[in-house]
This record gives sequence, C-alpha cells and structure tokens, in this order.
Amino acid sequence: MKKTNLKTNDLIFQTATKVIVFLIIIYSWHLFFSGHYTPGGGFIGGLMTSGAIVLLLLAYDIKTVVSILPFDYIKMAALGLLIALLTGIGSLFYNVPFLTHTFGYVELPLLGETALATAVLFDLGVYLVVIGVTMTIIQTIGETE
Amino acid sequence: MTEISNFIIGFFILLGSILSLVAAIGVVRLPDVYTRNHAASKSATLGVIFILFGLFLYYLLTEHQVNSRVLLGIVFVFITAPVAGHLISRAAYNIGVPLWKGSVQDDLKKARSKKKLMR
Repeated sequence: MKKTNLKTNDLIFQTATKVIVFLIIIYSWHLFFSGHYTPGGGFIGGLMTSGAIVLLLLAYDIKTVVSILPFDYIKMAALGLLIALLTGIGSLFYNVPFLTHTFGYVELPLLGETALATAVLFDLGVYLVVIGVTMTIIQTIGETE
Repeated sequence: MTEISNFIIGFFILLGSILSLVAAIGVVRLPDVYTRNHAASKSATLGVIFILFGLFLYYLLTEHQVNSRVLLGIVFVFITAPVAGHLISRAAYNIGVPLWKGSVQDDLKKARSKKKLMR
C-alpha cells in the first residue's frame, strides 16, 4: 500500500455499520427462531450473525472487535457440538432411540400459546458451530501476514 | 377494490423496474467511474425500493398480511446502498482513477493539496 499523509476517514462507513449490525443480528435471530415453520434455521442464522461480525471486522480493526465481542470461537464451536450431542443423548433417558425429538405447547407470559420443540436446542448447537467455524476461518486468515 | 390495488401494485413494480433499467443504461453509457457510480447507486436504490414497496402492497392488499421483512428490506437497502456507492467511489479516487475529461471541478483534490501545504 502506498504511504500517504492522509489518515483514513471511515466515519460514514463506521456510522452506517453501527446501525446495520443490529438489523442483521435481529434478522438472523428471526431466521433462527422461525426455522421450524418457515425457511430459516440454525445454519443461515449462524451465517448471518457471523456476517454481522465480519461487517464489524471490515469497519473496525480486529482488536476492537475482539474487545467488544470477547469470544473464543473454537470453544464456541465445541460448545455447539456439545449441545447438539446432549440433545441426542437426552432422548436416551426416556427409553426412545437416539436423537428422538419432541415438542409441546406452553403458555408463555407475553407470547401466548407457543410450540416449543427440543429441535430448537439442536438448532442452537448448529448455530453456535456455524458461527464458531466461520469466525475461526476468517480471523485466522485475517491475522496471518 | 382488487382492481384498484392491482393497478397500484403494478404501477410501483413497473416504476421500480423502469428505474433499474435507467440505472443499467446509465452504467453502460456514462463516461467515468464516478458518474457511473452515481447512476448505479441512486437510481438502482430507488428502483429496488419501489419494487419492494410494490411487493409490500401486494402482501397487504391481496393477502391481507403485513410483511415486516419487506419493510426491513426497504430500510436496509435505503441505508446500505448509498454507503456502498460512497465507499466504491472513494476507493476509486484514492487509487487515482482519473475523472472524465470534461470535468471542471475537483474540490477534494484542492482540499487535500491545501491540507498538505498547511503541514
């Protein structure tokens, strides 16, 4: 890169990022939770959340993003795998085959009658694994000189 | 009622697609990066917003549901597309892409050379 006297001025990009990141993360959670009845789910929810973090990485440098989101992404992927495995093992305690899922209707205070499925917990595992793997790849490539 | 709503929806979608076509013609015909970027970011943004608004009206008037994802898409395109145009244009200026021969004014160059003299 050519050396210049000018300090880079990313004010417009950084200000737009501050607004857009929240929109992307909220939409990714919407995709994550609506995966049971409409298109969506853990995979594209996780990809979209990591897309929001990548946008932060583009607008700010890597140290700032690590200081505002202090996650160890390898451990996050491991935690996701553990959650997915535990939802499979949990079915063994009820004398049904491995990875058998169930659901029920619960009366929640604000949302009314809601269908809660244990497949969401499996999806949470997928979500964490996708974020962990994507961010590990991108941060590892970004840090090497 | 449905005839009128069909007419309004069709009007917005047709207007949006015509604006997108105008953007495409502008990208082909304009002389340099900055004017092309001007055409692409402004006209295509408004075109996409009109098409999405027509889609929102379709869901609202024909299917009788408020599709908030389309509204979110309108807000998202409205915020991000001009910023993307700005970033592309500034990157082109910083690596020294020349302006069109007929350009008469370059205030950024003037401001930068003045800043260098002050130092």
